[in-house]
Amino acid sequence: MIKHFKELYDYRQMIFSLVKKELRGRYKGSVLGFLWTFINPLLQLLVYTFVFSIIMPNNIEKFYLYLFVGLIPWLFFSGSMTGGAACIVNQKDMVKKIYFPREVMPVSYVASGFVNMLFCFIVIFAVVIVSGVGVNPVALLCLPIIMAVEFVMALGGAMLTSALTVYFRDLEYILGILMMAWMYFTPVVYSMEMVPERLRPLFNLNPMTPVINAYRDVLYYKQIPHLSTLLQGLILGVIVLIIGSISFNKLQKGFAEEL
Amino acid sequence: MIDKNNAIEVRDVTKKFKVYLDKGGQLKERLLFKNRNRYEERWVLNGISFSVKKGEAIGLIGHNGCGKSTTLKLLTRIMYPDSGTIEMSGRVSSLIELGAGFHPDMSGRENIYTNAAIFGLTKKEIDERLPEIIEFSEMEPFLDNPVRTYSSGMYMRLAFSVAINVNADILLIDEILAVGDVNFQAKCFNKLREIKAQGTTIVIVSHSMGQIEQICDRSIWIHDGKIKAEGKPRDVHPQYLDFMGQKRQEIAEKENQSKEAVKNKDAVQNKDNQKTENREAADGDDKAAQAQKEAEQNKRWGNGRARILSVTMRDKDGKDKKVFGTGDQAEIVMKYKVKKDVIDAVFGIGIFRSDGLQCYGTNTRIEQFDKFDLKKDGEVKVMIEKLNLLPGQYTLDIAIESDDATPVDYFKEAYKFEVFSGIGDVGVVRLDHRWEV
Repeated sequence: MIKHFKELYDYRQMIFSLVKKELRGRYKGSVLGFLWTFINPLLQLLVYTFVFSIIMPNNIEKFYLYLFVGLIPWLFFSGSMTGGAACIVNQKDMVKKIYFPREVMPVSYVASGFVNMLFCFIVIFAVVIVSGVGVNPVALLCLPIIMAVEFVMALGGAMLTSALTVYFRDLEYILGILMMAWMYFTPVVYSMEMVPERLRPLFNLNPMTPVINAYRDVLYYKQIPHLSTLLQGLILGVIVLIIGSISFNKLQKGFAEEL
Repeated sequence: MIDKNNAIEVRDVTKKFKVYLDKGGQLKERLLFKNRNRYEERWVLNGISFSVKKGEAIGLIGHNGCGKSTTLKLLTRIMYPDSGTIEMSGRVSSLIELGAGFHPDMSGRENIYTNAAIFGLTKKEIDERLPEIIEFSEMEPFLDNPVRTYSSGMYMRLAFSVAINVNADILLIDEILAVGDVNFQAKCFNKLREIKAQGTTIVIVSHSMGQIEQICDRSIWIHDGKIKAEGKPRDVHPQYLDFMGQKRQEIAEKENQSKEAVKNKDAVQNKDNQKTENREAADGDDKAAQAQKEAEQNKRWGNGRARILSVTMRDKDGKDKKVFGTGDQAEIVMKYKVKKDVIDAVFGIGIFRSDGLQCYGTNTRIEQFDKFDLKKDGEVKVMIEKLNLLPGQYTLDIAIESDDATPVDYFKEAYKFEVFSGIGDVGVVRLDHRWEV
């Protein structure tokens, strides 16, 4: 296990260069290029805000901000799961022909999504300040922890989906629907208070629930998240990562033959 | 545990592949067509064990599909064995797929970084090696152009330079020493020797016995997923070449048999030809048979008064051989049958290299034999005390002529043989010589 980590660490340059390639290549050839990183979530924000504050109004104050601080982290997570699913299959020429620790692929894919999310956070901070909500510097210190927890979770998920997709190609498409459903079972466009009391324990099993709630605590409510929320997120995140890496390790031995 | 003197230990490794008859990877196919998931298991390796000492170079040889490339893939950890263990100590680099991960739009320099990163080098390590890589590749002037503008030779040169400068403890090479022009190849070879001298363990898969003999201390011959022989290249390679020669002969015999079968069929068909209804079909077959005959005729002609029955070459122990070492004794033996007397008969031989060059030819008339007639069946032998041909593939033509140079039976490519040598001299033949320095 430790040997494994060490090897992955030895291949850090490969991870860096893949992340760079991914970020540079993502919007290559499009007119607006890297700007899409910001435009895409902003347009989604516009649609959701229109639906949930004009057509189906709710009593959440500054709903656009409430939504925005949850939507950006969610897009990172769901992107890691759906996009990450294809990351081994897309690189099959490399996987079939040369050796490197296979974990490099999901790690670098998720890392590039993470960097993307960091860029979007610039916009989040801009909106937070412009809207007059402002920031709580102490609460902000918790942000890196929450991000790390989400990263761990997204990585675990991507490892699982990327390895399974090699054996079962339909998964890539099934995941599109699955992630949409998952989003509506996570308090992204609504608050936990709106969820009927008896369903809440079920929602708390969803690893993304504490993560989204924690982001919201810090950026929307300007408060330090409850320790229990953080702990819940951390434990669920670690569980996801363990499941992901164990299955990845089992499945990766057959990659070269299956591809 | 791995012995500390060993770089690689392979123990009882087996590997099978699933060969899908019709593979369905989609859900629909998996559920609806159970049959599509039928597969056959093909065993590629049936229990292979060997170890390689640190700093040793070994060559893996064997015919296509014998499992040598699979062995190499297992060593690189692209695939994993079904049973058995493989242990290796140190950093492994492979020259199996050159230029993997090259991005056509990025410059040569950037690609050096990405490609080296795939071998597990850190930025610092790459920085250190960059001058060496650039110098070795001879690509300095083009380094900032995108790789897509490179010729395939330039591409391979750059890729090889990166791979060879990784400074691995174990280097795995699969049939890629055909990089670039002659000069660059020589350079690669020298570099390999240098790397070996520095103590790197090397495993090479190649069909070129010469390459292996030049670098390796030991050859392992893999046959049908098992190790058939192992030892010094010069001991193993003749065995292997001899075996392959026999195999070719078997194949040639089979082909002959099927030709015979066609001929027989042809004869039957000719009888049938009287029946008009079969005429059209028979015509088609006839044409095929005719073509066959013509091919045969191109290889064999003469008036048929006598006919060569068999041709073979024997070594000094009198054993039939298809592979000889340069300078070995070889004896050509042919049997013939006489139908009608041949007056003033002449026997001739011609040896041709695979590219068509005639290396030698002679006959009994040129060598001023007393005139003789062929009246009954017999045997002729030509003793070559030193077969001084250099390594290559050769064919032997045999001819019987009569007095006025009319061919009685000219048998082109009557026998095929191969010559190998441990010495790297070049040309067609080895002239008897002595140096005085």
